[in-house]
Amino acid sequence: MSYDPGIDSHSREDERPAADGSLVEAEHVSFSYGDGPVLDDVSIAVGPGEFVALVGPNGSGKTTLLKVILGLLRPTSGRVRIFGQAPDRFSERWRLGYVLQRPELTSEIPATVEEVVAAGRLPRRGWWRRMGPADREITRHAMDSVALGAMRSRPVNELSGGQQQRTFIARAFASEPDLLVLDEPIAGIDRESQDRFRESLAHLIAEHGAGVLLVSHELSAVARDLDRVIVLKQHVLFDGPPSELMATGVSLGVHREDLPLWLEGLR
Amino acid sequence: MTVHLARLALPYPFELSFMQRALVAGLVVGAFAPMIGTFLVQKRMSLIGDGIGHLAFAGVAFGAVAGIYPLWTALAVSVAGSLGLERLRAKRRASGDLALALFFYSGIALGIVLLSRELNPTNVLVYLFGQILTVNDGEVITILALGVVVAAAILAVRRPLFAVVADEEWARVAGLPVGLLNNLLAVTTAVAVVASMRVVGILLVAGLMVLPVASAQLLARSFRGTMGWAMAIGVGSVVVGLVASRLWNLASGGTIVLVAAATFAVVALIAGARSRGGLLRGIGLRSAGSILGDSHSADTLPR
Repeated sequence: MSYDPGIDSHSREDERPAADGSLVEAEHVSFSYGDGPVLDDVSIAVGPGEFVALVGPNGSGKTTLLKVILGLLRPTSGRVRIFGQAPDRFSERWRLGYVLQRPELTSEIPATVEEVVAAGRLPRRGWWRRMGPADREITRHAMDSVALGAMRSRPVNELSGGQQQRTFIARAFASEPDLLVLDEPIAGIDRESQDRFRESLAHLIAEHGAGVLLVSHELSAVARDLDRVIVLKQHVLFDGPPSELMATGVSLGVHREDLPLWLEGLR
Repeated sequence: MTVHLARLALPYPFELSFMQRALVAGLVVGAFAPMIGTFLVQKRMSLIGDGIGHLAFAGVAFGAVAGIYPLWTALAVSVAGSLGLERLRAKRRASGDLALALFFYSGIALGIVLLSRELNPTNVLVYLFGQILTVNDGEVITILALGVVVAAAILAVRRPLFAVVADEEWARVAGLPVGLLNNLLAVTTAVAVVASMRVVGILLVAGLMVLPVASAQLLARSFRGTMGWAMAIGVGSVVVGLVASRLWNLASGGTIVLVAAATFAVVALIAGARSRGGLLRGIGLRSAGSILGDSHSADTLPR
């Protein structure tokens, strides 16, 4: 597998900013790890204040698409824009909040919820600068927004999977992002955490006008807040409002299992 | 220029000037080696100190053969090697432990080959096994200066460095200077290894970096607390190790690291007595904790 953590150069032609003001945009993106395409001519965009879910069966290329969008992988062909810029030219990284797909933190060293969440301030504030009272206040607010305020001094590696995932969501919130990208953030987390998660996303979108791109199998918690659903299986099968998808007989909310079952049927 | 340190009126066993020099050098190394070790353990590179120690051995041998002060040649080779090692790891040309193995054995082989040209290779033994009781004033000042530089650099970047070692992929997406911070950690590790050579010896440097951290992570409940405990245990191990060395005429490098190891055994037993999972956590069997019952498991839903 060719995993390239560096970001490579794009051609001069790619310097044009996005015309429609999208926060993030992929145009005709294809990607291959070497044995067959993982992404084939994929075009998606997320605008300000928009809440978009990206769904697809296992192995459909969702995580790969996120990594391409974030500049962690270079597309085989096509172009990507983050805030109108090529990923390698994009310097205001704090504008992009990212919650990775992970089951749990397995660390040797205890680190508190507050220590992990406060790291989210570093890209926003300048990593070389000292933390000020305003940073501590925003860190506290980010922990409260995912109901972890009372656990701020607890070591993250002693928390449940759901509480750990909320810690990473709070770290993304702490940088006050304009675009939040989340990869399976609510997989396997408890109902209370899911509700808190939904409330804090709604707050981020309503108050800060942020865009959200969410990869998840479990859309029940957020179904009523979604603006668009994108269904991916190597290429985009559907891109539109949830009502249109539900009109085809797929339920996002009432029966929690419906969407995953329907997605597996796409294989 | 020859510098002499003032002799203080300290009680036994630190009343003699050679013990006082040993104490100063030991306290500096005892504090900053575990400070760096905390980041290395979090990065799952506990043994890098050992790998760099092998490179330092090649540097010492080169200095001995070329007639240059071995601390400087060791510093040059170790810093260059640590940057190369980090580059191999970052580019994923070799897995972490394979990259270490490459450097381990190349370094030690180069050292042996160079020493075969040296008429009196026993001079090198003070670096291999450490002889803190024979450090002179100039060496104490060098160790002190290196220690201050390393500690200041690490303290200045402790927050972003924590963010990088805790979660490198996130740090990269967040735009933190991951390469710069990883290289800084590699270079400070090399400096710490070289500064610690005369105190505990090349073969035991990694022990002083990592063993206090192993105890500290059982005692502390935060990253900052772990670093503080590790430094305190490192300093304590040096003092107790030096006293034992003087009392029973034992090799000081060995007594210092044995005290650090014994501290871990005691801490792990106490932690184990307090919670059954604690002892397992102490010896690295973290996953076994879930077998013993994870109180939070009810919080998760099946996928």
